[in-house]
Amino acid sequence: MAGLSDTFVVVAVLAYLVAMIGHAAEYAFGTRGAVARAAALVPSGGPLPGADPEPGSPPQPGGGRAALIGRGAVAMLVVGVAAHAVAVLTRGLAAERVPWGNMYEFVLSASLVGSVAWLFVLRRWPATRHLGLYVALANVVLLGIAGLWLYVPVGPLVAALNSYWLVIHVAAAALSSGIFLVGFVAAAMYLIKTGYDERGKRGFPYTLAPRLPGAETLERLSFRLHAFGFPIWTFAALIAGPIWAEAAWGRYWGWDPKEVWAFISWVVYAAYLHARATPSVKRTTAAWLAVAGWVTMLMNLFGVNLLFEGLHSYAGL
Amino acid sequence: MLIRLAASARNGWRQLTSMRTALMLLFLLALAAIPGSVLPQRSVSIEEVNAYFVERPDLAPVLDRLGGFDVYGSPWFSAIYLLLFVSLVGCVVPRLRDHLRSLRRAPVDAPRRLSRLPQHADQLAYSAPPAAAAEALRAGLRSRRWRAVVRGADAGPVTVSAEKGYLKETGNLLMHFAMLAVLVGVALGATLGWHGNTLVVAGPDHRFCNVLQQYDEFGLGTRAGAGSLPPFCFTLTDFDAEFTEGGQPTAFLAHGEVSEGGGDPRPVEFTVNSPLRLDGASVYLLGNGYAPVLRYTDRFGETQTSTTPFLPSDPQGTAQGVATFPDANVDPAGGGERDPSLQVAFQGLYLPTAPAEGPLVGSVHPEERAPTLFLQAFRGDLGIDSGTPQSVLELNQAQLDSGELAPVGEAVFLAPGETMTLADETTVEFVGTQRWVTISVRHDPGQPVALVGIGLLLAGLVGSLVGRRRRVWFRVTADPATPGHSLVEAAGLPRSDYSGFATEFSHLLAALPLTPIPDSELQPAGRST
Ligand code: HEM
Repeated sequence: MAGLSDTFVVVAVLAYLVAMIGHAAEYAFGTRGAVARAAALVPSGGPLPGADPEPGSPPQPGGGRAALIGRGAVAMLVVGVAAHAVAVLTRGLAAERVPWGNMYEFVLSASLVGSVAWLFVLRRWPATRHLGLYVALANVVLLGIAGLWLYVPVGPLVAALNSYWLVIHVAAAALSSGIFLVGFVAAAMYLIKTGYDERGKRGFPYTLAPRLPGAETLERLSFRLHAFGFPIWTFAALIAGPIWAEAAWGRYWGWDPKEVWAFISWVVYAAYLHARATPSVKRTTAAWLAVAGWVTMLMNLFGVNLLFEGLHSYAGL
Repeated sequence: MLIRLAASARNGWRQLTSMRTALMLLFLLALAAIPGSVLPQRSVSIEEVNAYFVERPDLAPVLDRLGGFDVYGSPWFSAIYLLLFVSLVGCVVPRLRDHLRSLRRAPVDAPRRLSRLPQHADQLAYSAPPAAAAEALRAGLRSRRWRAVVRGADAGPVTVSAEKGYLKETGNLLMHFAMLAVLVGVALGATLGWHGNTLVVAGPDHRFCNVLQQYDEFGLGTRAGAGSLPPFCFTLTDFDAEFTEGGQPTAFLAHGEVSEGGGDPRPVEFTVNSPLRLDGASVYLLGNGYAPVLRYTDRFGETQTSTTPFLPSDPQGTAQGVATFPDANVDPAGGGERDPSLQVAFQGLYLPTAPAEGPLVGSVHPEERAPTLFLQAFRGDLGIDSGTPQSVLELNQAQLDSGELAPVGEAVFLAPGETMTLADETTVEFVGTQRWVTISVRHDPGQPVALVGIGLLLAGLVGSLVGRRRRVWFRVTADPATPGHSLVEAAGLPRSDYSGFATEFSHLLAALPLTPIPDSELQPAGRST
């Protein structure tokens, strides 16, 4: 079973890679094709495409080699997510516990949440399909790091982690991390789009802009995801975490490096929501805060475990 | 002068309580929190701070003066969050006042030109005179949980104003106020809370009672004192640990007896993640290990026993420690006077599971499968009387250097029950081991307050994020073409970011008993306002 999980991780990485190449090819072929039309279909200032549940919403762009490749890439991404899910599931079955007992497993599970969140986004807002490139890329990178540097064989939990709060706290953290990941992609694309449209930037990565959905769509999508992820993060980092910390270490908050960075992420995302609610603050400023928020999340996931010695350090590595 | 001062104060206050300032302060708070994860913190690990001072003797004092080792209690960190909270109060209190007022007041009257609003529909009819129609609309809105009010008389146009989504502002205010509650909870903990850490060896001889003197280390809140500690005593009776073959711990369980407030002892159990909850204190299991028991028989035939906790230095349980016998070799005939040159100590390395072959340098499993004690005897002046603090781990280095304390004989490996005989014919027996645990005893009366606060914060946050404030208006006029009937114009305005409002608006119109006027009946100009 453990071997099966490892195999499926490899399958997932390969499928994500193919999906990534497919999306990239779609970019390459779609200069004046379906992609551009898809982008043009998104009325700037209007509601999100697909948000309107009425039948007869605008037909999806079809036809052309690029669109075909694009659809193939999405299919490959779905295959990747399926393999990814099987990998997580079999890992849990092999260990006879929740599959997030160490850092390897946490990255595996959190990135799966991100992928699944992405599939939901894709279903509701098909015009954002091209962001799949970045979702696939992020997954390849995350699973690659996990497989190469974080891998640990299946084993039982260390006594310190043996608590049902592991299930609750870490599941909430993984869930919100996955959602923030997709929100970050949307925020970054929004910055690229506005940089291209409004400030005349033409270098990389702004060259991607013509093939992106409308700026407004990206911004709204980013906000929705962050607004969805933020309460879950609040629960994970400021409620479930402290309750567990109280039971385990006797104090609900002790400024352990992991706690510090969880707090920083929370404050930065709160600042993002504030910025977005303040009329005099530009939407791009808010988007930069979302990007900063994701950087702090990465810092917490990788930086803290690798750089600092703390109570959370036993979490595998 | 005073007026100008007052004006600039008012201006400053307005600045401080603006959303932009709040945003800046939030961002600053995030930045200010970073150094606390990079530099070791006193509140987290005093040992690491001390080590930092040793490593960077020139930099450390400077950082220390800047509060670098105490970031979350430093003046600058406190200044940021206190400013933020002042800003919060200044921002939220007026909003609360406005919100309470708007909750009591009827929804605002319809704007003059409904057609300017984002949602608008005007070819609607109702088969009743305006007053009755408006009343029916109001009832329909009410049943859909809109707050609705009818204005105007039958003579002129009648309007229905309705509003929904007060949850958003209610939730938002609740969230911001809840932050204050969390702060109160934290402050309560800092003033009235206390904690102490200690090591407890198994057995009735090593009973622990909850008084400050029995702690190795403790911290009291600014308004907590010795009297804050509830009286209880605890005896460790047994300790179970389970490990994988690789030596990874999978379960711990401490068994003991507790008597609270002088009551009868009762059996208790606690473990990692599941502390012992007592009245006014909780006991947390932090660490564990073995304490070798040594029985030393001196040259006068006197026997003394010491149980010394050895501190583990690796995950496989290899532990080291020092057992001292300062009262050894006291001549019973000499009036009990100590002879400092004849004090005895043993420095040891304990291996719960010694490797079956190869050098015996470290344990290979944390369970006691092949317990072996590697013991080196020392004789001489332990330096205890000189007043310098003693380490439980090491012998007094100054005494060793001066030669006043010196090793005697070769180090020996002992299994439980084995005895080693020293050159002076005295003997030491490795009797066996006792388990020990390190515990933290704590009480934080602010905890429930902080928990309720953060729970309300989350509830308010969800309300604030899902709530959508929106208004609709209906203007009802008598239908000049069909007496006893009305014409209705409707409009809607989402007051917060809400892309689904158009759909909701059309559903609302469909659900209310309004009938669109068939095109054939429309007169080119007369019907619309
Ligand atoms: C302790 C620091 C603070 C934190 C962590 C915080 C957090 C938040 C969060 C997470 C939101 C988003 C909820 C939502 O959009 O509905 C929010 C909204 C808001 N905050 Fe704060 N806040 C803080 C201080 C302040 C201060 C000082 C002010 C006033 C200057 C303020 C005014 C507002 C307002 C007006 C909104 C509503 C925006 C909207 O219309 O949606 N907050 N706050």
